[in-house]
Amino acid sequence: MRTSNFDPVSVEIFSKQLKRITWIVLVVFGVLILRLWLLQVVHGSTYRGKSEVNRIRLQDIPPVRGMIFDRSGRLLVGNRPSFDLYVTPEEIQNREELLENLSDLVGVERSVAAQKLDDASRRSPFRSVCLKPDISRDELATVETHRFNLPGVMIKVRPMRHYRENSVASHLLGYLGEINEEELKKKQHQENKLGDLIGKSGVEWKWEAFLSGVRGGEQMEVDAAGRKLRVLAKKSPVPGMNVCLSIDGNLQALSEKALKGKKGAIVALNPNDGRILSLASSPPFDPNLFVAGIDRAAWARIVSSGDFPLQNRAISGQYPPGSVFKIIVALAGLEEGVVTLEEGTFCNGVYVLGRESFRCWKERGHGTVNFHRALVESCDVYFYTLGKKLGVDKIAHYAKRFGLGRTTGFEVGQEKSGLIPTSQWKESRFGVSWQEGETVSMSIGQSFVLVTPIQMAALISTVFNGGILYKPQVILWVGKSGEEKVYEFAPKVQGKLEIRQKHLEIVKEALIGVVNEPHGTGWRARMRDVAVAGKTGTAQVITMERGKDSNSEDDVPPEFRDHAWFVAVAPARKPQIALAILVENGGHGGATAAPIAKELIQAYLGMGE
Amino acid sequence: MFDRRLIQNFDWILLFLLLLVAGASILNLYSATYAIRDVGGSKVLIRQVYWFLIGFAVLLSMTTFSYHVLERLAYPAYFTSVAFLVLVLFMGKVVSGSQRWLNLGPLSFQPSELTKFAVLLVLAKFFSETQGGREYRLRDLWQPFILIGVPSVLILKEPDLGTALLVVVVSVSIVLFVRVNWKSLVIFVLSAVALAPFIWFQLKDYQRMRILTFLRPDMDPLGSGYHLNQSKIAIGSGLLWGKGFLKGTQTRLHFLPEQHTDFAFSVFAEEWGFVGAVLLLFLYLSILFWGLNIAKNSKDKFGSILAIGIVAIVFWQVVINVGMATGMLPVVGIPLVLFSYGGSSVVCTMAAMGILMNISMRRFMFQ
Repeated sequence: MRTSNFDPVSVEIFSKQLKRITWIVLVVFGVLILRLWLLQVVHGSTYRGKSEVNRIRLQDIPPVRGMIFDRSGRLLVGNRPSFDLYVTPEEIQNREELLENLSDLVGVERSVAAQKLDDASRRSPFRSVCLKPDISRDELATVETHRFNLPGVMIKVRPMRHYRENSVASHLLGYLGEINEEELKKKQHQENKLGDLIGKSGVEWKWEAFLSGVRGGEQMEVDAAGRKLRVLAKKSPVPGMNVCLSIDGNLQALSEKALKGKKGAIVALNPNDGRILSLASSPPFDPNLFVAGIDRAAWARIVSSGDFPLQNRAISGQYPPGSVFKIIVALAGLEEGVVTLEEGTFCNGVYVLGRESFRCWKERGHGTVNFHRALVESCDVYFYTLGKKLGVDKIAHYAKRFGLGRTTGFEVGQEKSGLIPTSQWKESRFGVSWQEGETVSMSIGQSFVLVTPIQMAALISTVFNGGILYKPQVILWVGKSGEEKVYEFAPKVQGKLEIRQKHLEIVKEALIGVVNEPHGTGWRARMRDVAVAGKTGTAQVITMERGKDSNSEDDVPPEFRDHAWFVAVAPARKPQIALAILVENGGHGGATAAPIAKELIQAYLGMGE
Repeated sequence: MFDRRLIQNFDWILLFLLLLVAGASILNLYSATYAIRDVGGSKVLIRQVYWFLIGFAVLLSMTTFSYHVLERLAYPAYFTSVAFLVLVLFMGKVVSGSQRWLNLGPLSFQPSELTKFAVLLVLAKFFSETQGGREYRLRDLWQPFILIGVPSVLILKEPDLGTALLVVVVSVSIVLFVRVNWKSLVIFVLSAVALAPFIWFQLKDYQRMRILTFLRPDMDPLGSGYHLNQSKIAIGSGLLWGKGFLKGTQTRLHFLPEQHTDFAFSVFAEEWGFVGAVLLLFLYLSILFWGLNIAKNSKDKFGSILAIGIVAIVFWQVVINVGMATGMLPVVGIPLVLFSYGGSSVVCTMAAMGILMNISMRRFMFQ
């Protein structure tokens, strides 16, 4: 091990350096001491004054959350003031007395309050802690008048989310909840703190970034009573932007009312741009329950309810479409040239395929029907025949062209894609090849086919707007108001159907017939002054013997009753609204769902009978 | 066995000075945690006592071998600490938004504390082995650049602006001590200035905020602007004789954030006033001068440079922390060495003090 000894030259330079260092150290420390002198002796009394008489507090100023409007500017979700009772532990004079008073005047439970005070004293005795949030106006008045008996108590006001009509559009609008640790770690939440309320579902969740705003704060001096003396510095909060939805408030309310007591969904949209006018799912829930922090029992009740109230059936309920699917089979038949308009098929109530027989809903059959009649009267046998000619994969091909079997891309919520089976799909899924009998069932919208209500609304909309596939959208603009928009959202075209206009016209005429011609299954939606077009559907829940049971529905237990569908468009030749209505276990589409459509169309178009 | 001369030359003065500082630290910590003593405060206090006990034990053990062993251990120690730094970036415990700590069972340790001294070791070795009295040119210094640069960047990424800055500043002090050609120095300063904007963009938002706030305190009234404000009030309100032990209102009422770590000095100044604060500074000054003396008396280059380096570390930490507390420097998160609460810091610094003592004890060994 070498030791690196000094040579004489180094030693000299070295001691010079040492001297330099000594001086530098002395000078720097001198500066520090000078600074201390300045702070403690020269300005000492000022600082002493500050520390004794006045105190500085950091006050968080939460931003006001943006509001949500419907298309006419009607408020759907806003904020209301919540008065919260706070206590600052350091300023309490007599703890027992205070707890006593609070218990008497405001009904604050002693043991709970005592615990909270203890926790707060430990963490920061001079930061106030909330003992009772959202006190009533009466309680507020009481506290204010008894202020002098309650030292250390103060009232803080904060905005609280308020859903104007309790449960209207609850699934679409969503609800708020406290941010959890997982979410706090994410980049979009880096400005959030524990205890913040953020959107957890629906519009509240999707457009959290627009709605939330930016928090602010104040550094203020307060006196012994906690009253603001002066603001030292302030960072103003930035209020959240308002969101305007394409929803028609009246229509939405009516839709919800129509589904009251039932399970199901209604989707209404504008066929000319895909904008959603109403999106209802039943059973609903009340988002106001979540705003104050829902308690476990209530949450458990909601979550374990067999009716799944939190599920948005309009976009995630998957059901067999029943006869509504005939629209697709019909168009497929025309495009593929497999049928002609005059060609008739004889329906005697039964269709035989090999050893199986399939029944028509009309027990004794429709007699000879052509294309037009078959749609109008919804003859199953006609479509069994047509479907067999087409084959499963062709039908699937057209179904997919209409956007079935995949999500529509609706911006809010967990949309499901439904299911359009193909022979290949069946092979890979079940390892068994496709049976012709399944094609036959598929032609009337049974077998493995599954669709969502929003897909059905989009379907009828596309048929009547000339074949343009719009993305269903619910957001119109974001900003301060209709005059001060920050972002506007234009309708989105997802594609154009490559289907001959001639064929679309033929089907359109038939669908008008469904409602307006004799024996049309949708007659209950008929209106005097407006041409309504539509299609009924009755989707089997479980396979039952056809024919027998269509007359004795009441004998069937509710959960096995057919689902009722009705899709409609009005006015048929210049459409303004497209609807899809589904009532779970509602029985016949024509009987249950069609009248609802009429009611909604009437209201929307502002007509009488 | 121990050489008799070692025991004769045992540096009692340094030990005494260190005991005084340790005592002041414990006393101050008691006050800083008084308000929360029932809920974790006393645990903090007891832990700091343990740290000091361990620290003194480490200090003593550092005197048992010849410090030249460190020459051989310099690079291994350096690479180990760099390895730990990398480890902490991937596996570190996240505390208040930064990953500085490694969990070792019931303890956690900050590799950046170790790195401060490891860098010092390799620099001392480098400079003691290269030539005699002539000045260094920039091109001679490429190795130190890398040795300093790599851990600094790693520490910066944790993110720990303060410690990274400290490593750079201390290393620069050492380089300046062994003298750099003035032309090289100018080039270096110019290139550092040119690099500054690049580094600025590398910083995280809150770090930039701290620097900006320092220049304009009203810019961040809810963050570091608040810290600075409260610290000045605490110190200033101490007046000449202080408010008295346990009577610091800023402390008791929790106006002062980080009062047992970054702002421990402010607590002390509030309670013991100008007189107390200056006495504490004199205590540090004594340790520094004593260290310089040890450097002077050391008979070999490695020992001198090492001693200078250790003095530099203590010096800069004191200056930065007190400067920050009094509002002369931006808030950078450097605690006061041997005074603020912090196990890794105490033990590592005591180890360094042990090395210092080691050098002092063996000044007669080589003739």
